[in-house]
Amino acid sequence: MPIILQTRSLSKSFGAVIAAADINVTVNEQEIVGVIGSNGAGKTTFINMVTGYLKPSEGAIFFRDRNITGLSPRQVTRTGICRSFQVAQLFPELTVLENMLVASNMLSGRPLSWQRPLKTAAAIEAARTSLAEYQIEEYAETLAATLPQGVRKLLDIAMATVGKPALLLLDEPTSGVAIEEKFDLMENIMEVVQRSGVTCLFVEHDMEIISKYASRVIAFYEGRIIADGPTEQTLASPDVKEFIIGTELHRQGEPPETSHRSQASSNPEAKNLIPRPQYS
Amino acid sequence: MRKADKTIISLLVALVLLLATSPVLPKWFSFLIAISLAEGLVTLGLVVLKRAGLISFGQGLYYCLGGYAVGIVGQYGGISNALALILCALVVGGLVSALVGLLLCRYRDIFFAMLTLAFSMILYGVLANTASLGSTDGFGVVPIGFFGWHPASQRLGLVVYLLICVLAVGSAMLVHRYFSAGMGWAGEAIRENEIRVEYLGISPQKILYFKYIVAALLAALGGALAAFASGHVDPNMAYWTTSGDFVFMMLLGGSANVAAPFIGAFIFEVIRTFAFDFVPYTWHMILGIVLLLIILFQPNGLWALFSKLSKKKAGVV
Repeated sequence: MPIILQTRSLSKSFGAVIAAADINVTVNEQEIVGVIGSNGAGKTTFINMVTGYLKPSEGAIFFRDRNITGLSPRQVTRTGICRSFQVAQLFPELTVLENMLVASNMLSGRPLSWQRPLKTAAAIEAARTSLAEYQIEEYAETLAATLPQGVRKLLDIAMATVGKPALLLLDEPTSGVAIEEKFDLMENIMEVVQRSGVTCLFVEHDMEIISKYASRVIAFYEGRIIADGPTEQTLASPDVKEFIIGTELHRQGEPPETSHRSQASSNPEAKNLIPRPQYS
Repeated sequence: MRKADKTIISLLVALVLLLATSPVLPKWFSFLIAISLAEGLVTLGLVVLKRAGLISFGQGLYYCLGGYAVGIVGQYGGISNALALILCALVVGGLVSALVGLLLCRYRDIFFAMLTLAFSMILYGVLANTASLGSTDGFGVVPIGFFGWHPASQRLGLVVYLLICVLAVGSAMLVHRYFSAGMGWAGEAIRENEIRVEYLGISPQKILYFKYIVAALLAALGGALAAFASGHVDPNMAYWTTSGDFVFMMLLGGSANVAAPFIGAFIFEVIRTFAFDFVPYTWHMILGIVLLLIILFQPNGLWALFSKLSKKKAGVV
């Protein structure tokens, strides 16, 4: 399979804090890659850099041989990379259907019309079909602000995929969802992903979900990649077991509050990041 | 779709009523309607911005530019054709907003609001100190005509009234169409979540830039028409209290429908006229009390009452 995404020596630092260092990732077309790592390992930083939200301090990102380093999020989106968010990014005061209509209209690639109505019968039908794919059509007329968490996540992903991207980055698609709903949610998402043939990278903490859906796993630890390979092999790696899986199991109990965490909250630039001391 | 048609039909019915009743309306009342419609256009521009999450305290800038463009071109350019004068107002409003908008579309919230206010006050300062344009007194606007036809002075008021009605309703219909199109919805999307819009491949800044220009064109048109109606322009059109009045009208009417700002402007003018007649020294207080009541009991403007009623009628409640 040809390469769809490649990052070369990607790094990101916020002052003295290094959020990501020397990230070399190659993703092939139609792969489904799981990304694991404890909080603050650099997973979201990686997604933020690939999608243009953060400008890498060093390194380069290639999407199908095109250098997309430093492009803005909207330029990256137009190349065919879409993402979902850890906290669903919706239009809260619009209905679910309107959210989809706006998303599909914006992602259509055509300039926005000044006079052609958004709500044509054809557009509404197409939007409802997209909602039905994720089994959330029954919420079409509900305000996005009032949706249950699982539906919010699905709508967030439905909005990202409505433009038929070539590469889909899912940032913790099951976070905030009750444990008993996680598998149904993931099953729903992966069914659409597999059917559409989109290449997919998803960040996940639940190792069962990773084992079930990812064909390959990249493990992040303290801003670096410590393992990258077929799922079983990566999950069996001693480093991954010690630094990630052990921590994830620990997460079931009381999450340890580290001094790094407090640094993150004081750094306005480092949203969603948990910075760590500089590598020696 | 049905809803859209209803608005267009209602606007057309309103236009027919406005035109049909014109011969029997008292002069003062038709003037009140004409001024309200002109101001309603400016307020409609504010609604365009409000739907995208922006509040401008400086629409007086374009209201005044529209008025002065008409006044200056008529007075010094020897042009009296109403349509040519309106075109001048739109060109001036469009050009200035295209330039000012480059800076303003980078700002949000209070910074945007205060910058719009600053620009309008700069124009006020310049005009108030320009003796050749009558300083704070302003100057008269030439009587308008149409392609060589000049209505007699006793019929001029009626002609201006008819022109304002047609242009106000026509603009409202165009803006309604715009609101239901992708560009209109983009404003709502930006107000709700700019980050998501960016990740849908659209530049919020560019959309807001266009919206700022649309709002400015509506304000310039409103200014030109107000100048026709009153026959006079002065720097007060750019003063911050004038811009504040437009915000008041928007709050009064609401922003859910293109007709709302016109209703807001009309009620504002009625209150101002009668409050000024009955309590000449404390009329500001009356306006203040009305604003307070609106914010407390009808924060989405008077239009929300209409939607509530129609929902009740439809059994939705």
